Amino acid sequence: MYVATKGGERAIANAHAWLAEERRGDTDIAELSVAQIRSQLRLAVDRVMAEGSLYDPDLAALAIKQARGDLIEAIFLIRAYRTTLPRFGSTRPIDTGAMTCDRRISATFKDAPGGQVLGPTFDYTHRLLDFALLAEGEIPEAPRAEPRTEPTPHIVEFLNREGLIQQEAPTDDTPPDLTRQPLELPAERPLRLQSLARADEGFLLGLAYSTQRGYGRTHAFVGELRIGTVEVEMDIPELGFAIELGEMIVTECETVNQFTGSKTEPPQFTRGYGLVLGQSERKAISMSLVDRALRWKELGEDDAGVPAQDAEFVLYHGDNIQATGFLEHIKLPHYVDFQSELELIRKLRREAEQAATRQEAAE
Amino acid sequence: MTETAYNFAYLDEQTKRMIRRALLKGLAIPGYQVPFASREMPMPYGWGTGGVQVTAACLTPEDRLKVIDQGADDTTNAVSIRSFFQRTAEVETTEATADATVIQTRHRIPEHPLTEDQILVYQVPIPEPLRFLEPSEVETRKMHALEDYGLMHVKLYEDIARHGTIATSYAYPVKVEDRYVMDPSPIPKFDNPKLSDSPAIQLFGAGREQRIYAIPPYTQVVSLDFEDHPFDPSKADHPCALCGATTSYLDEVIVDDEGGRMFVCSDTDFCATRRGEAA
Repeated sequence: MYVATKGGERAIANAHAWLAEERRGDTDIAELSVAQIRSQLRLAVDRVMAEGSLYDPDLAALAIKQARGDLIEAIFLIRAYRTTLPRFGSTRPIDTGAMTCDRRISATFKDAPGGQVLGPTFDYTHRLLDFALLAEGEIPEAPRAEPRTEPTPHIVEFLNREGLIQQEAPTDDTPPDLTRQPLELPAERPLRLQSLARADEGFLLGLAYSTQRGYGRTHAFVGELRIGTVEVEMDIPELGFAIELGEMIVTECETVNQFTGSKTEPPQFTRGYGLVLGQSERKAISMSLVDRALRWKELGEDDAGVPAQDAEFVLYHGDNIQATGFLEHIKLPHYVDFQSELELIRKLRREAEQAATRQEAAE
Repeated sequence: MTETAYNFAYLDEQTKRMIRRALLKGLAIPGYQVPFASREMPMPYGWGTGGVQVTAACLTPEDRLKVIDQGADDTTNAVSIRSFFQRTAEVETTEATADATVIQTRHRIPEHPLTEDQILVYQVPIPEPLRFLEPSEVETRKMHALEDYGLMHVKLYEDIARHGTIATSYAYPVKVEDRYVMDPSPIPKFDNPKLSDSPAIQLFGAGREQRIYAIPPYTQVVSLDFEDHPFDPSKADHPCALCGATTSYLDEVIVDDEGGRMFVCSDTDFCATRRGEAA
């Protein structure tokens, strides 16, 4: 078999070899294990799983190691792996109402059945560098309490009983999947939510923040934020019942948004929704704000012409793998296009100079 | 080295089938952008994921593949894509335009005339020729459906009014079979005439934007212009410093610290073949 080879191939191979060395770093320092990343850099692992759209902490940790800690590169590795996986079927919708909560807070009610559970949060830590972490050492064991055995109800449902919050119509439709069908507009809410769940955390954070500062304000309160473990079940046709495949950690946020009514809807509270794989409340809250902003049309609100209301803008620009690829591709060779631009600029300058000379001659 | 863990040419058969359907639709409606469920590939968006998916859907084990970037076989990304298909499809590769059955290209059409036995696959960054006039996809699809290309003609007219000439030098818009205005990918406008009436099948893949479009063989492709400002496929006014060709598209290479430069063929196979014949 004839193989066309030239300088570029050796340059690429050498670059890869150097990259592998740089990834390993100083060999006098112990190598980082995937298990260490999985258990000690868990929030990075969670972000890679969420934006990679694949729940597998081991693979996400491997990707972080391989990507030298560049999380977008790690997300890319997971996405590229994900597309090669066969699809056996779909699970039942997860029941977040049955979640075993590590954290569950509400900003709208001081107390509610199930209580406020802070969980392992940074919220009230003082952001002072802990120099004790420079040295290795044991940490004191955290106090323990008996976990609740009964399910923890969704707080926003209490508003529902009074009819004060907009009802979401239940449906048994199979939601669309933008990893299998091309994105076509207008996108309905299930598709938008899928896209937001995969979207870049920083992008969503910026958009959500813009709505808070007045670019499409939606008056959001965090009705409830919960993080914990849910069961994943799948119906097996041969068995005629569902079996539990495993568990996963998710973060869910429901916002309650003030709404004074429109031509089509009475005054009531409305909701924004965020659901993210793993533990990421920043992203879940951002997602629910952006989700709510995107619902302006169905709620009969005005088009304020702001970025967070524009589904086409949000959905086409939120994917960091698409964005980083296209952004970084401009470092690839563009000699040919640039050459044609050079010719054009030279031609335009020649013509401009001639015109100026003619002008001077005439004066 | 073969990667037996992956299907022939990397993509699974269902995905290839989905892409082939889009290709057939594209060929049936020349110049129309067909949405397709582009997959995430193991190379980044912007590196030719659309072209790679189209090539993967077209390749058979008997094919001979050529990959060029900027006209050259040895640019790093061309090397990378070629080695991807060597690993995943074990197809034969070649640098000779005439010997290839499938040619994947970025930014050029080979100088050597193509034949009925060849498929030319273009990598496309932004498939929508109206995108920089109208950012919304909803709107541009409507404009294509209504054949509403007034905006494009106004843009070209304004170029002439301001600069005395149409200030687009690559990705120069074309009209296919008198119906769809199409982006020929960022090839220099010098290459535009080769799009028309080509015996080869021309396929365009835009991975990130999830679009496929096509020009069937012997299809009329016209570069947009005005009667009094006809299309001008210009290039650098020099012969190639290596092979002396006067009809090929040239790259400008800076050769010393004083800004001295030389002009050489961008199509490396064309240039090397001519030099081989002369020797």
